[in-house]
Amino acid sequence: MNNGDKDHAALAQQFNRDEPRVNWHDETLWWVRAKRDKAAHTIPGWEHLRETASRIKNNVLSNMYGYLQQFEENARKNGVIVHWAADAGEHNEIVCGILQKHGINKMVKSKSMLTEECHLNDYLQQNGIEVIDTDLGERIVQLAKEPPSHIVLPCIHKKKEEIGELFHEHLGTPEGNADPQFLTHAARLHLREKFLTRRAALTGVNFAIAETGEFVVCTNEGNADMGAHLADVHIACMGFEKLLPQRKHLGVFLRLLARSATGQPITTYSSHFKKPRKGQEMHIVLVDNGRSVQLGREDFRNSLKCIRCGACMNTCPVYRRSGGHSYHTAVAGPIGSILAPNLDMRKYADLPFASTLCGSCSNVCPVKIDIHDQLYKWRQVLMKEGYGPAAKKLAMKGMTFTLSNPGVYRFAGKTGRWVMGKMPFIVNNKLNPWYKQREMPEPPAQSFNEWYKKNRKAD
Amino acid sequence: MTVALFVPCYIDQFYPQVAIATLELLEKFGVKVVYPPDQTCCGQPMANSGFEHLTHSCNELFIKNFAGFDYIVCPSGSCTLHIKDHLHHEKEEEKAGQIRKRVYELTEFLTDVLKVEALDARFPHKVGVHQSCHGQRGLQLSQMSELVAEPFSKPGHLLKMVEGLELIELNRVDECCGFGGTFCVAEEAVSVKMGKDRVKDHVEHGAEYITGGDMSCLMHLEGILRRQNSKVQVKHIAEILNSKQ
Amino acid sequence: MNGIKKTGRLINTDQLRDIYYYMNSREKILAAIKKSQPAPRELPVLDFPLPDDMDAQEKFIAVLSSIGGAAHTVGSYDEIQLLINREYNDAARIISLVPEIESRGQYFEPGTNPHLLEDVDLAVIKAQFGVAENAAVWITDDMLPERVLSFITQNLAVVLHRRDILQLMHQAYERIGGRDYGFGVFIAGPSKTADIEQSLVLGAHGSRTMRIFILQS
Repeated sequence: MNNGDKDHAALAQQFNRDEPRVNWHDETLWWVRAKRDKAAHTIPGWEHLRETASRIKNNVLSNMYGYLQQFEENARKNGVIVHWAADAGEHNEIVCGILQKHGINKMVKSKSMLTEECHLNDYLQQNGIEVIDTDLGERIVQLAKEPPSHIVLPCIHKKKEEIGELFHEHLGTPEGNADPQFLTHAARLHLREKFLTRRAALTGVNFAIAETGEFVVCTNEGNADMGAHLADVHIACMGFEKLLPQRKHLGVFLRLLARSATGQPITTYSSHFKKPRKGQEMHIVLVDNGRSVQLGREDFRNSLKCIRCGACMNTCPVYRRSGGHSYHTAVAGPIGSILAPNLDMRKYADLPFASTLCGSCSNVCPVKIDIHDQLYKWRQVLMKEGYGPAAKKLAMKGMTFTLSNPGVYRFAGKTGRWVMGKMPFIVNNKLNPWYKQREMPEPPAQSFNEWYKKNRKAD
Repeated sequence: MTVALFVPCYIDQFYPQVAIATLELLEKFGVKVVYPPDQTCCGQPMANSGFEHLTHSCNELFIKNFAGFDYIVCPSGSCTLHIKDHLHHEKEEEKAGQIRKRVYELTEFLTDVLKVEALDARFPHKVGVHQSCHGQRGLQLSQMSELVAEPFSKPGHLLKMVEGLELIELNRVDECCGFGGTFCVAEEAVSVKMGKDRVKDHVEHGAEYITGGDMSCLMHLEGILRRQNSKVQVKHIAEILNSKQ
Repeated sequence: MNGIKKTGRLINTDQLRDIYYYMNSREKILAAIKKSQPAPRELPVLDFPLPDDMDAQEKFIAVLSSIGGAAHTVGSYDEIQLLINREYNDAARIISLVPEIESRGQYFEPGTNPHLLEDVDLAVIKAQFGVAENAAVWITDDMLPERVLSFITQNLAVVLHRRDILQLMHQAYERIGGRDYGFGVFIAGPSKTADIEQSLVLGAHGSRTMRIFILQS
């Protein structure tokens, strides 16, 4: 996306220029978090369920080599064509190749964050293939020429009036109508025509089962199914970490996914695709794109346990007040901030700092990823590898020097407080980001150390 | 029992009354308190900024100051958590390990070690509790709203023993205030917005005071309250538990 | 290159390049994974006790209504037929896959184009079982003329036996076991979206209503 190379802090500042909108964004997502809490509290043994899911995923990561081959073999036996893509480029070429082989230049696509990660739409468009996103939220951001701002709620940053305008412009709905019910119905009619006329459908994958070679796609709208069951060619794209060992493990994950995501007991549709239907061609594209590298990073590998529920975004106080686009990556929020640096440390060096490390993300995570600990660890890696500004390093070295030498510390403290007490304009000016919207603490006459020497030394 | 008083740098420099209240409170319970005078800081500001690898000499100094005590008590959840999770030293790892085990945040020390059941304190005001994330989610001083588990609160338990004090309810019991160390200046816009929202929750529920176990969060909230010319004040929990108003 | 030897048939240069390219990626990815993956971790035992205080049908009905569906407890197929006649009086095309329930309008020819199901007003299908905790019903493609039917229809009616309501998803997968199917789906309520300002709207792309007839016999 075009963010003018601004980092998270700058983009977040931009987002915060409209405070009522920030309040609205925050409240909307907090409401989703509250729905998640309510759903979780109705399940006795919720924490046991999370623990079990976490352990299943740990097992998957430790036997990825075996499970992946087992899955491939079973999928092939089921009549599915399996492809392997080492990176985003290969993934895009494979999808494009399948479509070209069939002479298809128009396709419907249901939600797949992987294809966002790979920038598939742009690639296909450059190759003369039109892609229609069929998830309502994704269709809305597609019409607005924006990326999704949330992995589960792609247009959560948009107000209904803006959507009404978009639909008026692109779908010909009456001007000024911003009723969600009406707009959804308009989209239903608009997209039904696409479902009925497109010969290829691409879907994401929520879970893939090594034991059976089937994969599961979850939607509320039914768009994945409308696409896949009407098309001659179904292409399902998945990061290899979506694997589960056995079918019965779906029981655990389907109980967690929707409750964590939106507070629903389950998504409306949990579709298990095992074999192509008669006359249909079914493809699975298994994608690495940095995942095997992440798998090798001990401190960060368990980010691959993620099931993309978005709970960490909804609970994140920073995400709620900075918006998904401020993360300038396909997967925003806390989980995005630990995934993105794996792909490009320089480009995403700001993201692990877009957090207060409050830890709420790790607590809501249905597979117990230690998200906030990984944010902390990424900070260490990024600064050690030199992706931080030089001035910051110098300041930190100065700070270390002061804090490692009690004499210097006490002296600096005195002058610091003296400066603040006597000449507040020096610190209290607009250049100090603290002072911009906050008062500085009132400097006391003496430090505790000084007080102690005067009052307790004689004891 | 000898307890070393670990005073966070910003408390030493800006809020000495919090350290004094902590000292007096511990002494009230008959604890022998030692204050190692050469202490500076736990090193968290560097570590949270990604420079844990530069905290070596800071850690060395910390170990020099705090090794060998029965307990180390600190009126900050955040600094306590940093020591618990990150204090290491290749030459003094045994001592570092001991310190990590013996360091306590003030309210957990009062609750879990001293097992305080009564307090001689009076603070006749409406008080909102701001749970610092490091204290709450890191040290688990109270139950976290995200988990499906039995509620409890160590600071809440203590505050209920204070005469005249009325605890107010909040809409969001444990939302982060946005201080976040260097986050408060690096991400100024979001930090301030988070702080404003936290303040609003307390003010709307009638708080006269906002208290908590971390002066860093409270400093941030105080900065916002004062900019708003609000009458609401912040007070560290040690000051309230030691109050005789 | 093993892949080429194994296939053992003549291939042209383009195909060779493709195979080389993609086999290479496959091997590259698998080798990287083998090198990266951590030491083996055990799979946990799935141990989820059944809630003892739960009446499965009662729970199922409550959850279904909370997700926008409607439940009817009925004593016979005749009763279902009467309800359908009353509720879908205007429906021009009803496809019933339940022999006891009548179809209306044009039926389907097996093996025809699934697009021809576009104007179905109501589909009546039988669920293999339902799950109380989320009001989902399990349907597999061997019971459907076309997979798309339960999605493309404007309204969906499902017949479910009371005895087939299970408590939790874990029981559901125990029941499915190792059964083979080409396509299977859990459907819970009508299709829905809340993508516009989190306002819940029923009837996104799939069926706009969902009615479940729970047979008591």
